[in-house]
Amino acid sequence: MTDSVVRVRGVDKVFGVGADKTPALQSIDLEIPKGAFVSLIGPSGCGKSTLLRLIGDLTQPSAGTIEVNGKTAHRARVDRDYGMVFQAPVLFDWRTVQGNVELPLEVSAKDRAGRADRARAMLALVELSGFERRYPWQLSGGMQQRVAIARALSFEPAILLMDEPFGALDEMTRERLNLELLRIWKQTGTTTVFVTHSIPEAVFLSTHVAVMSARPGRILEVIPVDLPQPRNDLTREDERYFGFIKRVRERLRGRDVVRPGAAEVAAS
Amino acid sequence: MLSSIYTFAVFRAARSVLSFLVVIAALAVLWEVVKLLGGDPSEAWTPPFQWTVASDLNMPHLWDIAASFVEPAQRNGPPLGIVLVNAGFFTFREAFGGFVFGAVLGLALAIVFVHSRMLERALVPYVVASQTVPIIAIAPVVVIWLRGGWLAVAVISAYLTFFPVTIAGLRGLRSPDPRALELMRSYASSSRDVLLKVRLPAAAPYLFAAFKIAATASVVGAIIGELPSGIRDGLGGAILNFNQFYVSGPPKLWAAIIVAAIVGIGFFALVRAAEVLFLRGRTAPSDA
Amino acid sequence: MTKRIGHYLPAALVFVGVLGLWELAVRAFGIQQFLLPPPSSIAAAFVEHFDELMTVGRNTLVEAVGGLVIGGVAALVVAFAIARWASASRALLPFAIAANSVPIIAFAPIMNNWFGILNPLSKMMVVAVLVFFPIMINTLRGLTLVDQASLELMRSYAASERAIFAKVRVPNALPYIFTALKVSATLSLIGAIVAEYFGGARSVLGQFIITEAAFFRFANAWAAIVVASAVSIAFFLIILAIERVAIPWHASARIVDSS
Repeated sequence: MTDSVVRVRGVDKVFGVGADKTPALQSIDLEIPKGAFVSLIGPSGCGKSTLLRLIGDLTQPSAGTIEVNGKTAHRARVDRDYGMVFQAPVLFDWRTVQGNVELPLEVSAKDRAGRADRARAMLALVELSGFERRYPWQLSGGMQQRVAIARALSFEPAILLMDEPFGALDEMTRERLNLELLRIWKQTGTTTVFVTHSIPEAVFLSTHVAVMSARPGRILEVIPVDLPQPRNDLTREDERYFGFIKRVRERLRGRDVVRPGAAEVAAS
Repeated sequence: MLSSIYTFAVFRAARSVLSFLVVIAALAVLWEVVKLLGGDPSEAWTPPFQWTVASDLNMPHLWDIAASFVEPAQRNGPPLGIVLVNAGFFTFREAFGGFVFGAVLGLALAIVFVHSRMLERALVPYVVASQTVPIIAIAPVVVIWLRGGWLAVAVISAYLTFFPVTIAGLRGLRSPDPRALELMRSYASSSRDVLLKVRLPAAAPYLFAAFKIAATASVVGAIIGELPSGIRDGLGGAILNFNQFYVSGPPKLWAAIIVAAIVGIGFFALVRAAEVLFLRGRTAPSDA
Repeated sequence: MTKRIGHYLPAALVFVGVLGLWELAVRAFGIQQFLLPPPSSIAAAFVEHFDELMTVGRNTLVEAVGGLVIGGVAALVVAFAIARWASASRALLPFAIAANSVPIIAFAPIMNNWFGILNPLSKMMVVAVLVFFPIMINTLRGLTLVDQASLELMRSYAASERAIFAKVRVPNALPYIFTALKVSATLSLIGAIVAEYFGGARSVLGQFIITEAAFFRFANAWAAIVVASAVSIAFFLIILAIERVAIPWHASARIVDSS
């Protein structure tokens, strides 16, 4: 692909030493084009979170290279090219909502000017205007996650890394936040790598779904999801939507599917 | 315009003070009732029982204690109230000065320990063990040893403050969620930023718990330290003095003790107020 | 096993190092004995006055234990009584917290007057008041700070308040009580010694320390302080042992909230 923001080549990740060695990832090759929304999906323990953290330089590969934005992953982190959102909001309970969004801007010298304005703009983007002076405990789980997203975007990163951000929320909030996330993605054009357990969520949100195998994790297939944009509630009733879900599910189970909707052909 | 958090906090504080005063009033009533039942007989009333504890010598009437504040402490001297207020301030200054020094030292040490595992392993066992050593009991010895004076007493207070603050600081500085630290790494923050923006704010509640304990300990340490050192200006000296001459004026000792109590509570309340200020908004209001 | 030794090695080295340095410094700089006694002379004083130290130590320990028992029992009774009538606890807690910040020790002369300066009871009463508030506050906290889910569970069994008290609140309170007791162990010894500073019989630790210090016989005074520390640590460890037996299911890691 011509304009790849992330290039992962031949990456292995092994935890532990000697007798305790646990291979987490094996021969990972992945290219993520600019502006894409890529979901990583796979069974528990397949290493999808590990892969995300490797891209974010929060851990280092045992073998292989990772290139982000044309630099090493380490350089990209130091240059603050990416923002992270975890499953828990990880907000600081001693700071107001606005204070939390401003945190990365305070840390980075180059982003200091106009911090307050930027924070307010981000909160407007996630539709939390008016909540600047509140404290985290006063917000619901869904709202706290929106603050976390606003914080991750506040310094305009090239890439957004999200590790099951909506995992702890109820179904309805989740669906609403999915729509919100897509709206934000459309507006900012930020390349997004999204780890999830939920097949429907992966299909709904992504331009590409990377299906991973069980440990040691490998990329089984990267499925381009060419459902029409912008995606909305109607998308969830589209026949092709269900087709993609089925295809991802079958891939996870290790069976081949000839084409969406056709009778399955069991692979040996 | 006050936000709802503040009005709620003020309300709770007022309710605390009110309930405190109600209990004091109840105790005062109880005091006089006890004297009514078993105290010394007067012209108007002979109590049904005879309890030595309730005699005027051992339990002066509350109005006598109150009156003693305005009477001179010694012949031709200033009123007792003035003497005790000065003594109270004297002791408070010793306690406070030591407290500040000990708190700063304790926090600095905790920060050093957080960044050096080796130092921590070498020294923390002693910091912990010292909590089981009767430090306050050593106070007079230290004061004599350092040749007396208010500085020696401040050293006692510093010592009493320093240990709880170090332990609490260490716990608090280590308390943040590891993911918060990962977040800071993702921003490529310096360790100074991590200390100032994450560890210290997280440590604040623990530190204030230690400060409250240390405040009380500092006052006690100051009073005890004054006892054998010949310092006459503080509350320790006042208590010794009025104890020595108890029979000639029982209410005066009680007055001194009341002032000591006020100094103790006052210092505690000061720290509590600072706590409310520093930690405002952090968590949902809970009880006490 | 070696890992454990290695873990404590830096601390042990510090201990030996400090003692050694202390001894050397005193000898090297010719510091006067009465200014800063070296560890060797403290040890010598300990041996020389061993019998007397044991006697005074025992007498003071009796005061400390007696006071802890009196104060502890009173605190438990009051805390249980208050917890049963929940509204009272909200009103009384601020008072107890404030009372805990009063320098209780200032009441020592009063106790001497009430019970007699030579009577150990006068010291015991000071200790009793000293430990009363921390134990009461923590017991009350333990009895009332039960998580909602447990209470609702009991209510779903239509359990009486009494049953809830016995089956949920009391076990919940045990860790809090023990934490308070551990702090009170040290507190009771300190209280006894310091109360003795305000006057007492000759044969108690506090009077021994004060007298030796007043005569600048610091080696003796420090030896007595070492005895006091040892007794205090032993007392603490005894309570720790009782705790391990009484509530083995709980890792004793709570902070005492004496605020």
